[in-house]
Amino acid sequence: MLRLAKIWRIVRRIVREPLGALGLGLVVLVVLSALFADVLASYPPTKLSPADRFAPASFQHLLGTDHIGRDLFSRVLYGGRIALSIALGATGASLVIGIMLGLIAGYGPRWLDNILLLVFDALKSFPTVILALTLVTITGPSLMSVVLVVVLVSVPGYARIIRTQTLVLKSAEHVMAARSMGAGSARILTVHILPNVIGPILILASMDIPVVVAIEAGLSFLGMGVRPPTPSWGSILNDGFANIRDSYWIVVAGGLPIILTTLGFTFLGETLRDLFDPRLKGRV
Amino acid sequence: MSDDALLSVADLHVHFRVGGLMSTLAGQPSHIEAVAGVSFAIERGRTFALVGESGSGKTTLARAVNGLQPASAGSIRFEGRELIGVPKDEWKPIRRRMSMMFQDPVGSLSPRLSVRSLLAEPFVIHGLSRRDLNAEVMRLLALVGLPSEFADRYPHQLSGGQARRVGVARAVALDPVLIIADEPTAGLDVSVQGEVLNLLNDLRDRMGLSMLIITHNLHVVRQIADRMAVMYLGRFVEEGETEPIFTKPHHPYTAALLSANPEPDPDKVHNRIALPAEVPSLLDRPSGCEFHTRCPFARDICATVVPPSTMVGASRITCHFPLNTELRLATSESI
Amino acid sequence: MTVLDIRDLSVDFATESGALQALRKVSMSVPENRIVGVVGESGCGKSTLINAILGLLADNGEVTSGEILFEGTHDLTTLAGTAMRDLRGQKIATVFQDPMGALNPVLSVGRQMRDIQYRSNLSRREKDARSIEMLRKVRIPDAEQRLVQFPHEFSGGMKQRIAIAMALMMEPSLLIADEPTTALDATLEVTIIELLKELQQQIGCSVLFISHHLGVIAELCDEMIVMYAGEVVESGTTRDVFHNARHPYTRKLLACDPARLTHRARRLPTIPGTLPDLRNRPEGCVFQARCELADATCSRMPPDEEIAPGHLARCWHTEASVMIGAGA
Repeated sequence: MLRLAKIWRIVRRIVREPLGALGLGLVVLVVLSALFADVLASYPPTKLSPADRFAPASFQHLLGTDHIGRDLFSRVLYGGRIALSIALGATGASLVIGIMLGLIAGYGPRWLDNILLLVFDALKSFPTVILALTLVTITGPSLMSVVLVVVLVSVPGYARIIRTQTLVLKSAEHVMAARSMGAGSARILTVHILPNVIGPILILASMDIPVVVAIEAGLSFLGMGVRPPTPSWGSILNDGFANIRDSYWIVVAGGLPIILTTLGFTFLGETLRDLFDPRLKGRV
Repeated sequence: MSDDALLSVADLHVHFRVGGLMSTLAGQPSHIEAVAGVSFAIERGRTFALVGESGSGKTTLARAVNGLQPASAGSIRFEGRELIGVPKDEWKPIRRRMSMMFQDPVGSLSPRLSVRSLLAEPFVIHGLSRRDLNAEVMRLLALVGLPSEFADRYPHQLSGGQARRVGVARAVALDPVLIIADEPTAGLDVSVQGEVLNLLNDLRDRMGLSMLIITHNLHVVRQIADRMAVMYLGRFVEEGETEPIFTKPHHPYTAALLSANPEPDPDKVHNRIALPAEVPSLLDRPSGCEFHTRCPFARDICATVVPPSTMVGASRITCHFPLNTELRLATSESI
Repeated sequence: MTVLDIRDLSVDFATESGALQALRKVSMSVPENRIVGVVGESGCGKSTLINAILGLLADNGEVTSGEILFEGTHDLTTLAGTAMRDLRGQKIATVFQDPMGALNPVLSVGRQMRDIQYRSNLSRREKDARSIEMLRKVRIPDAEQRLVQFPHEFSGGMKQRIAIAMALMMEPSLLIADEPTTALDATLEVTIIELLKELQQQIGCSVLFISHHLGVIAELCDEMIVMYAGEVVESGTTRDVFHNARHPYTRKLLACDPARLTHRARRLPTIPGTLPDLRNRPEGCVFQARCELADATCSRMPPDEEIAPGHLARCWHTEASVMIGAGA
């Protein structure tokens, strides 16, 4: 009960900011439309109907159809499912791995910290695109390879932040107090350190979601992500790109959701960051 | 030092590594001795105070006793058991018998835990969670004089005095025999300081606790400690019963510390023993008596000969020319 | 002349649960060439008072009544940003508990001391000479050589002395010292007090000295005010307040100071009860809930009773209060 009340309070504070309200609205819209894609879509996303090729927007096809007559509105909705599940799955996986590695690096022995730092630096120094292309070449284009790319790219960043804060907290008095009571490392990490370092990283992660959406769309656009006929905003964009001269609406259908999702999560993340920024917290 | 002492520390040394390979190659010392050969004992039910300025090694000494800081040499016997060399995984039962309170009243409480969780934590850590935790929490709150609704507060909602009470409750939760308290009144208002000291004194009487108090506040020492030691550069310069030391300090450093206390009386004439210069660096300990660089009574011999540890009255001191004693003239003439 | 004259100052903070009155009708003055102490426990409004003087109240703070007259002319509550900035550092200087607040860790001490003198027309060499002179005054040995060093190369006591040297560099008319000795060991504390006293006489400035340490106030200050829950409950010369305190809170506070007890006490004196909720101040006397003399009269606002010339206590029972804390 307490938790619900707290979430409600945070939501109210977000909505008070114009950009926060817009961000939250867009995120809710995107999430709902992805969740209820099968209810909202009037056609199966992969259903071909050669008779209706290149149909512009109408009441029958809200966003028109593509070069093989698939209903774009339905494809956008189902594409949202793919985009969001990749974004949430990959970000979640990176968070879990990053937090664990960060805690180990920060609290564990010095030599282990040094090894982990070396690994983080090595991963960071790899340009994202090259890393993605290399991986896809090895594993072949698939949902999993997109997730893997995202995880490899974002884990070092999360882990480094957690590591730095863990190092600071390691010698904090409340941690010393727990040690003097006989608490083991697992308890100290989960009860006394993690709850105090997780806030900023969650906000950072919410701002990383649009980046992942863009990576997924980008890889799919290049044909290295989600494989056709599975709908993806990136591949819709690609379809539209080939026919941009006479059927502009296909590009719009692929591009608009990417823009809206990116903006929504970014506005929301920025509002959250401002709300929880420790430098602003001191004010009565 | 009697055999039945609860805690007896003998010739304890604690080293810290400083600098890297380069400074070692450059001939600088690679270690500093934060605690350099300290001996004392605490009897059951008694309170011992460690006094000294920042950097004197008093906190390091306390952490070494609690096993948070490894000692490099010497002996720490607690309830008859030698603590030096005890492997890490055998510390847990010892920590049940000996608890520690840290300086910052609010900062030593985990910020995201409620008072209830904080008070239940000792039981959870020591696998006693089958007890009725709620009853234990209520018992502890009552013990330190906090209303039961405080169980649902968080550390940032507590005043310094209230947070300190929670700290005390945590320290006595598992019925320890020894409490080590690092600056138990630091950062508290004077009216609250009294409350905390009264509480500690009460609990000591009721539970038969022994206490090791670390502080730079001499007034606190006088009100709570039976015995005290004054530390300077990691060694004791004077150790003995509290009251005689306050009325007749024998070591010039003790006397200087006592006289440095501004008193709440605008008409008081201060006969201060001024301490010139700064505390020397542990990397570069002075020769002879280590206090001679700041001692207003220092003579030639102090710079060259290490003073022996002697009993003057009931105190053990390390000084060539102790104050407040007839012995002083005699010694100085015989040299 | 009065350097600082505060009249009926009230400050409110807007909070989510309503207005919090942090200062209520605070009146005090700092005469020329005097050291005035401010004593009070946490939550008494000391920091709000300083911030109000410096024009540094948080965004949600508002001066609801009163004025702060500086040198008889400027009302600091209405002074605009630039005019206030010109006063700060030149005419009004501050020293804080943590000297690192005043020192920039990445600039040498000499550079920082030169920078403070940006207003003067002296040459670089003359400015450095002045810095060395100031460092000598605060007894930093080898001042010339140490000018090129960085803050971390000095000990805590030295850093605080450098901060004092920097604050007094421009010969301000008012130095605000906010718990400058609290973080220091007792032996260093007394040297800083003696230094402050000496420099104040040399420069001839006034000092507003905030401390919770009664002994330090007794030793250093000529006059003092005692604050409780955002009000000045007693004010007067240090001698009057320490020897003839008449507000029950002052008497209790003095009795609590363990430095007064020359023997081991069975129980240390305390002040039972807690501060009132400043969002919901009691009618009348602010101390009544914790005062054994409180009666029906106390639910009306007490007057500032004059005990002796210049010695005021905001209490209805200044006659009876001498009984309080007498045992200590």
